[in-house]
Amino acid sequence: MAIESDVLVVGGGLAGLTGALSAAREGADVRLVSYKQSTLRQASGLVDVLGYTPEGDGPLTDPFATIPSLPDRHPYRTVGVETVREALSLFDDAVPTYEGDHTDANALVPTHGGTVKPTARYPAGASAGLASDDRDTLLVGVEEMVDFDAPHVAAHLDAAGVPFDVRGETIRFPGDLRADAKVTRYAKLLDTDGEVAVRGRKVPARDALAQRVNPLLESEARVGFPAILGDDEHAAVRAALEEKLGVDVFEVPMGPPSLPGLRLEDALFDALDDAGVSIETGNPVVDFDGEDRVERVFVEKNGARIPNSADQYVLATGGFVGKGIESDREGVSEPIFDCHVPHAEDRYDWFETELFGDHAFARYGVATDDDLRPLDASERPEFDNLRAAGSVLGGYDFAAEKSGSGVSIATGYAAGQRAAQEAR
Amino acid sequence: MGQTPHIAVVGGGSTGAGIARDLAMRGLDVTLVEQGNLTHGTTGRMHGLLHSGGRYAVSDQASATECIEENRVLRDIASHCVEMTGGLFVKRPEDSEEYFEEKLTGCRECDIPAEVVTGEEARRMEPHLAKDVDKAISVPDGAIDPFRLVVANAASAQEHGARIETHTKVTDLLVERGEIVGIEVEHDSGPGKRVHGTEGGTEEIRADYVVNATGAWAGRIGDMADLDIEVRPSKGVMTIMNVRQVDTVINRCRPKGDADIVVPHETTAILGTTDEEVEDPEDYPEEQWEVDMMIDTLSELIPMLQEARTIRSFWGVRPLYEPPDVGSTDPTDITRDFFLLDHEERDDLPGMTSIVGGKFTTYRMMGEKISDHVCGKFGIDADCRTADVPLPGSEDFSVLRDYMDEFGLRSPIGRRSVERLGSRADEVLTTDGPNPTVCECEGVTRAEIHDAIEGSGSDLNAVRIRTRASMGNCQGGFCSHRMASELHAEYDEAVVREAWDELLQERWKGQRHALWGEQLSQAALNYALHATTQNRDRDPADGDSVDFSAFDSGRSQAGGVADADVAADGGTDGD
Repeated sequence: MAIESDVLVVGGGLAGLTGALSAAREGADVRLVSYKQSTLRQASGLVDVLGYTPEGDGPLTDPFATIPSLPDRHPYRTVGVETVREALSLFDDAVPTYEGDHTDANALVPTHGGTVKPTARYPAGASAGLASDDRDTLLVGVEEMVDFDAPHVAAHLDAAGVPFDVRGETIRFPGDLRADAKVTRYAKLLDTDGEVAVRGRKVPARDALAQRVNPLLESEARVGFPAILGDDEHAAVRAALEEKLGVDVFEVPMGPPSLPGLRLEDALFDALDDAGVSIETGNPVVDFDGEDRVERVFVEKNGARIPNSADQYVLATGGFVGKGIESDREGVSEPIFDCHVPHAEDRYDWFETELFGDHAFARYGVATDDDLRPLDASERPEFDNLRAAGSVLGGYDFAAEKSGSGVSIATGYAAGQRAAQEAR
Repeated sequence: MGQTPHIAVVGGGSTGAGIARDLAMRGLDVTLVEQGNLTHGTTGRMHGLLHSGGRYAVSDQASATECIEENRVLRDIASHCVEMTGGLFVKRPEDSEEYFEEKLTGCRECDIPAEVVTGEEARRMEPHLAKDVDKAISVPDGAIDPFRLVVANAASAQEHGARIETHTKVTDLLVERGEIVGIEVEHDSGPGKRVHGTEGGTEEIRADYVVNATGAWAGRIGDMADLDIEVRPSKGVMTIMNVRQVDTVINRCRPKGDADIVVPHETTAILGTTDEEVEDPEDYPEEQWEVDMMIDTLSELIPMLQEARTIRSFWGVRPLYEPPDVGSTDPTDITRDFFLLDHEERDDLPGMTSIVGGKFTTYRMMGEKISDHVCGKFGIDADCRTADVPLPGSEDFSVLRDYMDEFGLRSPIGRRSVERLGSRADEVLTTDGPNPTVCECEGVTRAEIHDAIEGSGSDLNAVRIRTRASMGNCQGGFCSHRMASELHAEYDEAVVREAWDELLQERWKGQRHALWGEQLSQAALNYALHATTQNRDRDPADGDSVDFSAFDSGRSQAGGVADADVAADGGTDGD
């Protein structure tokens, strides 16, 4: 007997989670299967909608104003700007710890690379740090951490022309963490507020950290740290530091493993639990049955192939990074359903000579009809009941546009909603 | 001659650095100039094989004999650059039995230790060899890090008083009264270590003698004084795998051919190569078929290569030379021997000798020969000591003890650091502050990065070749910004940004030839990290100024914008 549901979502990234949530809220019985660790832990946790046009113009102040003029094949054009807004409303409702929904305007957020980036939604923990806010800023780095060099980030932000004074200071993190401690170790120490030794005395970690930073503060109104300020107790850690330092405290988002990305993943999984979605992680979907319709997929578990069947399917397995799109020397493919992935025949046409050139590979993914159903080489839907969402879609370069999260949320929302409607 | 002669050595590859060290150790004044980083030319673009001589044992026994002699010398004086992997000449069923016997005899004639092993024994040594490999000849091939070797030679030359100028291009040969009396150079960033943004300038370097050790570029230097030096540059591709499929150098035992060698190198294996004459050593096509051929042909020896991950490919140009009257049409027929072209004898223009041809493994011997030649010009009788005095880093290997605890490094990182640094490990890794890992793929710590910065200025590619940071699987995806931040301890932000961009672009260059499968996924991830997370592709510091006031400044900020139209009229700035 196959495991059955109305809607089966394959993939546990931002698109899959949003798709499952939207289908469930539409009343469907939803199951989500996800193989690997979500790519959310590699992402900064910021929710970009659109920062630059495909031609590179920007930073855009209003992403929604630009969406209608994107190329026809862009996923945002497939779903339309109103759907993007609805999808963000769903996100705002499901993840109340995020901000930015009070305005259509993008915020500019400092990056750990020292630039600023346009983004539409940001974690509350980053909100006091916006570069489009003109209060003077102190950045505090940790000597043992190589991913966030506060003096370097500060100097780079200054060169970027931020409208405030910014300084960087480096401290030795209190406690006896080794030089190569993972960010989660710092977070755990602050979560538990465990005691650390400071000059022979035992001091709670949050106090010890504040004591190191206090003497460095001059007239700044806010202090930024790398994104290590707690995991489960992030809000409490930040509030405690704000109280002890007497200024606003924020985190600068970083690369993998990214705590803001992990926290976002947790928040979405909680929302799925609340919505009654059944979730299975750690096992891959390896095959499927069906001709015009997908009848069932097979999840490989301990060597056995477990059939999962549903009325409607959402493919949200990611792009090259998440391995939802694969390639070899001969070509580019979608490995589960073998959906057609349009691409240049010669692999030397997949990329440009310049590092940040207009790389074709960055836009590779499945093409869809207006209903987000992947199209075959002759532009007919591959299957009646399969929709695609997120980075498995082609037609946009999320890295250059800063549109990755927004496209995942918008197409996940649309695919989940339509799947649920069709399953009735 | 009363004064110490001053010798200008042009070219910072293995040959030039070897010559500079040799001459400096003999007490001469030496200035070495190199247009790019050390190893910029052919030396930095080779497969890292320390020849046993086996490859030349049939076709060119003189070269083979030199190789085995120098192989023994380098194991001794450059032990921290060498990994004695051993090598195999592998025979497949379709390869000639007769040639196999010739190879074996040739090795023995050249005093190269060589033993026949059965196919089964060979597969026991290297389990990924093809099932149908007949048999093999084992020889003392090894792997050698050309970057480390050249940097150590240059450091030793400096210790003996030589001046080393990288990023310094020769723009003219100074000819006065029918004699070459020096060189005119253009510094990219002022004399001394390279620092981005420092104004360069020209300099006349007067010298009692000039040595042209520019390899494939020798003709260009010759042209400056109307000398005809017919170097025949020949390109070869090298494809780098992400892991070591083999721990032994694997050669195909057949007369000659493309794609016939795999060299284990650090964490990688390097497949090589092709041999095709090119017009211009700096501008030649790098082609897909060459990469495909490496994988497809070498899969006959090691089948798993067919599906394995490559992380990048690069091309080098051999500085082949043959006397004009030989007239080989196929570059594989051109001798690997080296030639001293004394332009006084040859062209009636005193003051310069060019050294052309030759091989990396015999760089030291080439340096010795030309140093003898130069000393002869000045009647100097000084012994060559480069075969006996270890290079910096290889002096005392008793220090290869357990550094893990001593330097607080996680064990594999400690081991790899010490392997790279050799006897310099103590000096480099002893630090006051924490010493976190900057490059995880290659196990490079902050202390090692700072040591490299000290030696190379603001040039992150020079840091890369000294440390291997950013040369592993992720190709700089995770560590480029960290390396840039370490540079910021010494240099200001604008300098750092330029060096960072250069490093990213250089890392991209070779990856383009590996963009499929896992490495395309990696490249897509790197692109996301650099463009999405760091926004380095639209870095506002590089572009037009941004109107920050037009953007959302947060819900809690007074006057936070209601929508973009309002923001464009003034926003919160100054509220």
